[in-house]
Amino acid sequence: MSLFLLKRLITLVATLIGTSVIVFLVLEILPGNAAQILMGPDAAPEAVEALATKLGLDRPAGVRYWDWITGMLVGDLGLSYAYSTPVGELVLERLALTVPLAVMAMFFTTVIALAAGIYAASRHNRLGDVGVMGLTQVGIAIPNFWFAILLILLFSVHLKWFSAGGFPGWGDGFWPALQSLLLPALSLAVVQGAILARITRSAVLEVLREDFVRTARAKGVTRHATLWTHVLRNALIPVVTVMGLQFAELLAGTIVVESVFYLPGLGRLIFQSISNRDLIVVRNCVMLLAAMVVIVNFIVDLLYAVIDPRVKASDI
Amino acid sequence: MSAVLPTAAPPLVVAPGFWKRALRHPSFVVGAVLTLLLITAATLSLVWTPHSPYEVEMDRKLAPPGGPFLLGADAYGRDIVSLLLVGARASIVVGLVAVSIGLLIGTALGLLASAKRGWVEEGIMRLADFGFAFPAILSAIMLTAVFGPGMINAIIAIGIYNIPTFARITRASANAIWSREFVLAARASGKGAFSITMEHVLPNIVSVLIVQATIRFAIAILAEAALSYLGLGTQPPQPSWGRMLSEAQTLLFQAPMLAVYPGVAIALAVLGLNLLGDGLRDLFDPRLARKR
Repeated sequence: MSLFLLKRLITLVATLIGTSVIVFLVLEILPGNAAQILMGPDAAPEAVEALATKLGLDRPAGVRYWDWITGMLVGDLGLSYAYSTPVGELVLERLALTVPLAVMAMFFTTVIALAAGIYAASRHNRLGDVGVMGLTQVGIAIPNFWFAILLILLFSVHLKWFSAGGFPGWGDGFWPALQSLLLPALSLAVVQGAILARITRSAVLEVLREDFVRTARAKGVTRHATLWTHVLRNALIPVVTVMGLQFAELLAGTIVVESVFYLPGLGRLIFQSISNRDLIVVRNCVMLLAAMVVIVNFIVDLLYAVIDPRVKASDI
Repeated sequence: MSAVLPTAAPPLVVAPGFWKRALRHPSFVVGAVLTLLLITAATLSLVWTPHSPYEVEMDRKLAPPGGPFLLGADAYGRDIVSLLLVGARASIVVGLVAVSIGLLIGTALGLLASAKRGWVEEGIMRLADFGFAFPAILSAIMLTAVFGPGMINAIIAIGIYNIPTFARITRASANAIWSREFVLAARASGKGAFSITMEHVLPNIVSVLIVQATIRFAIAILAEAALSYLGLGTQPPQPSWGRMLSEAQTLLFQAPMLAVYPGVAIALAVLGLNLLGDGLRDLFDPRLARKR
């Protein structure tokens, strides 16, 4: 186990370093003079130069990269130009919305996918299967932000059950905050759930054809018990793989859905920072989102080994 | 010598009886009809639209459906049908160019990885891994932060996002072909890696690439719509379905249907391409279809 973990950890660190280099190159080196961008094209050259010195842009790129990385490791993300507050504080405040939103969406995705996928597989080629698969095709084709708008139309404009957007904050109580994240999470989950339901159905059908399932049935284990005790665990590997990849889509989706519901999350911070030309905030937010994707996929890799010990054995 | 060697399997693109089977395949037929509708709408908009999609007429603001405006008019008095027709163009252009970027670069990298193996393959695949850390929206945000919003940047961002997918799929499919007997035979007869790749490997993975390109086209349409919704993609006055949705969202209480039409257009386009991709996959590989 330790060798397996070590190899995965080395890959994780290498991927994170690579990702940070890409983010740094695109958002720090490619724009040229960040001070000029911050102050606009009409700024006086002296003022631009003074700001460049203040931001440390006159130092070599390698030194700036090193400072950024080491600062990040101790939680120092620098100072936002537009907000004049530490970027770390800004990001932390916004993460309190984006992370629960993504986790909630992933939870709904899993519930929808497992329920629909297992149901369809157990009704293979019957009406229930065809119906669920038809619905998932439609689910995959719907843009999540449009589904979000439709949810607002139904639940906010028509039924008036939920507010059309906004976030009261966790300070005003747990339930109001959770309620305001419900529609955004659902709009993210339906689309991803449709994709995952199809994968779940295929994976369950694949395992149902295995010899050990036939043996279990021949030994008198009921169809229901076979499904829950033998089939599901074996079918989980492809499902978990796709879930890892979907988390990236969910995080990207939160950026869009936060805009639909006017939620003050990481996505909204990125957009505000783009319009404020606050590249230092954009750089840190993009790095954070990319790092979250990489780390989730690392956890998925570890989960394989827990679900299927053969993965670990073959890897060593 | 060559007479006794196994010959290359014929490429799977159009096998005998393909069209006969295709016309009986429901996914393929529905997908092809919807995709043709999308292409027709975009092409038609080049020569004709019921009204000008650029003409702002405030006295017909939010005109109801019917009469001269089949689906009504938007907040600027522009005809919705005309906007939808021209909006199809943005989707197709972005999808086509972005998928082509991914297809050309990704396939080339995948073929190179498969032909060279060793550290070249390892290097290319690790690079592809980085690609997965940056979903299209994130790449687009980075490009927009640096170069400003616009259709070209959206295309580049979606194109870059497509490269790792095509590289991985090409490499996996090409590796399978490289281990086939007819490739061994070609190697034994002294052919180089480049000519084997072009003559034997590429023709045999074309069907996989066509299926993938169709599905990625659908994903590109979704990504373009999302980027335009956020204001990072197609810029006004050029109509796009994503922008129509973002404009409609501010009028949800006055004109809720404005938020429905562009969404239906996007969903039908994506559904069509996905069904077409599924159909093509079944038709190219009937064994897979029987298993599903």
